[in-house]
Amino acid sequence: MNWFSKLLPSRIRTETSTNKKSVPEGLWAKCNSCSAVLYRAELQRNLGVCPKCNQHLRVDARTRLDIFLDEHGRVEIGSEIRPVDALKFRDLKKYKDRLVQAQKATDETDALIVMQGKLKNAPLVVAAFEFKFMGGSMGSVVGERFVRAVNAAMEHNAPLVCFSASGGARMQEALFSLMQMAKTSAALTRLQKRGLPFISVLTDPTMGGVSASFAMLGDLNIAEPNALIGFAGPRVIEQTVRETLPEGFQRSEFLLEHGAIDMILDRRDMRDRIANILSILTHRSVA
Amino acid sequence: MNLNFLDFEQPIAELEAKIEELRYVGSDSEINLNDEISRLQSKSRDLTESIFTNLKAAQISQLARHPQRPYFLDYVQRIFTDFEELHGDRAFADDKAIVGGLARLDGTPVMIIGQQKGRDTKEKVQRNFGMPRPEGYRKALRLMEMAERFELPVLTFIDTPGAYPGVGAEERGQSEAIARNLFVMSKLKTPIISTVIGEGGSGGALAIGVCDRLFIMQFSTYSVISPEGCATILWKSADKAIDAAEAMGLTALRLKELGLVDQIIKEPLGGAHRDIDATAQNIKSALIDTLAHLQEIPADKLLDLRYERLMQYGNYTEQ
Repeated sequence: MNWFSKLLPSRIRTETSTNKKSVPEGLWAKCNSCSAVLYRAELQRNLGVCPKCNQHLRVDARTRLDIFLDEHGRVEIGSEIRPVDALKFRDLKKYKDRLVQAQKATDETDALIVMQGKLKNAPLVVAAFEFKFMGGSMGSVVGERFVRAVNAAMEHNAPLVCFSASGGARMQEALFSLMQMAKTSAALTRLQKRGLPFISVLTDPTMGGVSASFAMLGDLNIAEPNALIGFAGPRVIEQTVRETLPEGFQRSEFLLEHGAIDMILDRRDMRDRIANILSILTHRSVA
Repeated sequence: MNLNFLDFEQPIAELEAKIEELRYVGSDSEINLNDEISRLQSKSRDLTESIFTNLKAAQISQLARHPQRPYFLDYVQRIFTDFEELHGDRAFADDKAIVGGLARLDGTPVMIIGQQKGRDTKEKVQRNFGMPRPEGYRKALRLMEMAERFELPVLTFIDTPGAYPGVGAEERGQSEAIARNLFVMSKLKTPIISTVIGEGGSGGALAIGVCDRLFIMQFSTYSVISPEGCATILWKSADKAIDAAEAMGLTALRLKELGLVDQIIKEPLGGAHRDIDATAQNIKSALIDTLAHLQEIPADKLLDLRYERLMQYGNYTEQ
């Protein structure tokens, strides 16, 4: 508190602080790469890609699904699946409270949203991570919804696309979250057996238990430019090897160089290119 | 302070030292100290029992990482015969943090794979403290696929702090290597039994741990992250590892209650390192019993059961 506000009577002080909160937020956004101040409406028109430096900023799951899928024929899958705190886990906060907080902040019930729909008139199932929901961490709900996505794809004989953005397994669900890695990977064996394509799109960031399970198991692994993708976090590696990491380490371009992914796609080309790839894989003629 | 005892075992260590001392004195004196010695010995047993029946999660986590805890190869020579170690991933290197090969279990041909820590400093470095790199997981995968071709059951032994977090490991695709193993193991057409013999650390452990039956040693742990790692992230302080260990429920007993492991294998009083032969025998008989059962199940049915098993992991509600 500065000297001036100290002089004010307390009643006025509270008013100024509430006034602060009521200032409309979100008219402007800042690029986390080049620090350019961007008009949010323009940024949205550009699908969350910084017009100045081309950085692909994080977008929430609904936006992701919205810009990827055709407008018609969308049906959400697995939204009835909700998290429970079976372990009564408590760190600095209760897991239960963290869930409520995340639900309020994001308006979502957990970190993965699955939608059945169409891409250029071809049916498909798409899953997208909500990174703002506890860092997109994978717990039981994410695992189960992913499995339902796979099952829906098989039921409708449709390809599956997943946009990952996750810090990894959800620690508050302890070993149950680890087992989701096995569960989701196992589900993909059935999809593969049915001859249906799975395209994994790795967006910023895809780490830990998510990258070490289904996210790396795509028939095609595709990344957005400059996304952080890896198993161990850069800080953990730095502490282990005790040296600074090379420029661009664990970024999409690094993964492409080392043969981990098939390609890097600009978000604005994603619809066209994935539609083309899927049409080839599924022997469909282009509409 | 005796280094072979953990901090919470110090009262036992003191008693043992006293017994040793009396023995030494007794051996060259006229006085018969045998009564006193046996009295102290029984006291030491009682004390050990009382300490070990009330262990905290963090203490079990210490035991799981005890410097004298038996490692995979200590068990191999006691449980199996005719072991032939097989090396290399055929692509990059031979990762010594994972050991695998052909062997017999009570006459039955099997493929065994386990994470291996080192005993002395030189071996610790060689084995990379039991932290596999991608080539280790790919070697394991190669051996598992070979096992499938030759109809050998796969027995894996988990003991790792986690997959190695290093620059080279990332370059060579640590994530993909782990993911690929999960994928292949969930449809491998041969029985798989996994046993957590020490530390079950995260994805690095699970990468050889997708199975039809999961055993865990009484004083072993299995968790999504180490207590220290969890404390650093959620409590913002590594000192809270004790709280983190408790909250994660990483002990054998708790995991059994939660339905995440099938069977707890008993360890001798004071932990596996107090009697490695007896411990190995316990593992061996559990493996023999369960394997006989699994081998009776037709391969397709076994895969369906494994799939169902994997699908039921998780807690959620439907609204």
